[in-house]
Amino acid sequence: MTEDQVKQIVIDIINEIAPDEDTSNLKAEVSLRDQMDLDSMDFLDIVMELRKQHGIEVPEEDYPQLASLQSCADYLTPKFNAK
Amino acid sequence: MQQSRIVITGIGLTAPNGNTLEEYRQNLLDGIARIQKIDMRYMGQVPAGVCDFDPKKYQNRKELRVGTRAGSIAIYCAHEAMADSGIDFENFDKNRIGVYIGTTEHGNVETENEVYNISKFDYDTRYWTHHHNPRTVANNPAGEITINMGITGPHYTIGAACAAGNAGLIQALQMLRLGEVDMALAGGVSESIQSFGIFAGFKSQGALGSHESDTNKTSRPFDKTRNGIVVSEGGCVYVLERLEDAQARGANIVAEIVGYCINSDASDYVLPNPERQAECMRQALKVAGMQPEEVDIVNTHATSTPMGDIQECKAVKEVFGESNKTYVNNTKSFIGHSMGAAGALELAGNLPSFKDNVIHPTINVEDLDPECALPNLVINTPQKVDAVKVILNNSFGMLGINSALIVKKFED
Repeated sequence: MTEDQVKQIVIDIINEIAPDEDTSNLKAEVSLRDQMDLDSMDFLDIVMELRKQHGIEVPEEDYPQLASLQSCADYLTPKFNAK
Repeated sequence: MQQSRIVITGIGLTAPNGNTLEEYRQNLLDGIARIQKIDMRYMGQVPAGVCDFDPKKYQNRKELRVGTRAGSIAIYCAHEAMADSGIDFENFDKNRIGVYIGTTEHGNVETENEVYNISKFDYDTRYWTHHHNPRTVANNPAGEITINMGITGPHYTIGAACAAGNAGLIQALQMLRLGEVDMALAGGVSESIQSFGIFAGFKSQGALGSHESDTNKTSRPFDKTRNGIVVSEGGCVYVLERLEDAQARGANIVAEIVGYCINSDASDYVLPNPERQAECMRQALKVAGMQPEEVDIVNTHATSTPMGDIQECKAVKEVFGESNKTYVNNTKSFIGHSMGAAGALELAGNLPSFKDNVIHPTINVEDLDPECALPNLVINTPQKVDAVKVILNNSFGMLGINSALIVKKFED
């Protein structure tokens, strides 16, 4: 799986949990919270959907790795490829 | 002590047969019930009252995803009530508004959904949502109103089984009289149609209604063939104010709450107690300083169960049997039993009688049960009268909680 595919997976999850947000022009290097109205509960939803939909487990100490699309891709791509 | 007079200055509602008071009232006068069959998890099709208001009118999609159906209903009704009141909400001190919402139950729907959800993951609780606790705390529907509207005064729900709609109004009246708040949003809501447990519980109890051919005739209080309750969702929220405040801002005053009572049967978990119900109505009359003959409409609680309807009729007959001026009706025959919303919603359906002097009937009575044959029971067609000035609204619930609320056409 490529980094771009992982980014798209994260965007698809955000579209589900924050359906009012515009995710069409997200900047990969910028924090997601700086670009959208996301709170800590939303990040818990992202973690839950990664678990439910893709069997990917994100331990609590790694939550900061989900800050931006790029950091998500850096952190999650090896996990997807290790499945 | 001279107590403040408390008045209704705004109404917002959603019922299975109407999302505004006008639509709802017209359907009550036209004999239009709206009960449908819905798919119920584990049970198949069951009759239910479903509301079709637009939840996106006052909530964004994220709020709808995170919140509860009870919260959505409460938010819709609260906004509609506020708009109806004509209050300058933007400039009103939000710290002086209280939110008091009656519920029969809360949390069953959300808990059942999560148990079902984790059943798909071999009951692994790592899949249990973190939204569960804020969704299921008992204050949820009232709290969702405050978050959505930016109200910073007190909020809570009043758990009072199916007497909760009246209980919400009574709580608000008391808080206004104590000076704790300057305006109240109060009433009741129900999301119970999303809980299979409510339906299955009534079914096991032999109290879930059915009709072999016409779903809209399932809820038929006082009919000989009645066989149980139709569970419905719905909500009704009122704006209540002290009379002097309402007059100072030139409000349109819909009615005045002049009497109330809540008491307890102290006898059975389920079976109503007509003696205590009669005492409840009498005490409400005493608070209002009224005789039974002064009441124009008794809106009954009757839920279309074989025993419950008879018990209430005994109580009504005992209190109003000598009053040939008092008419009796029932609203559940149109909308089913909207549980926590019932008291507030059924009262709202009758308030327009103060203007049009027409009493909406109870429908679906094809063969009147002699044990429910109250004098002046308005059956199947509306009754025009010279004047309607006083309405008594009954709402009773499990564990033997009774409530009676008396409202009066406003006269200065």
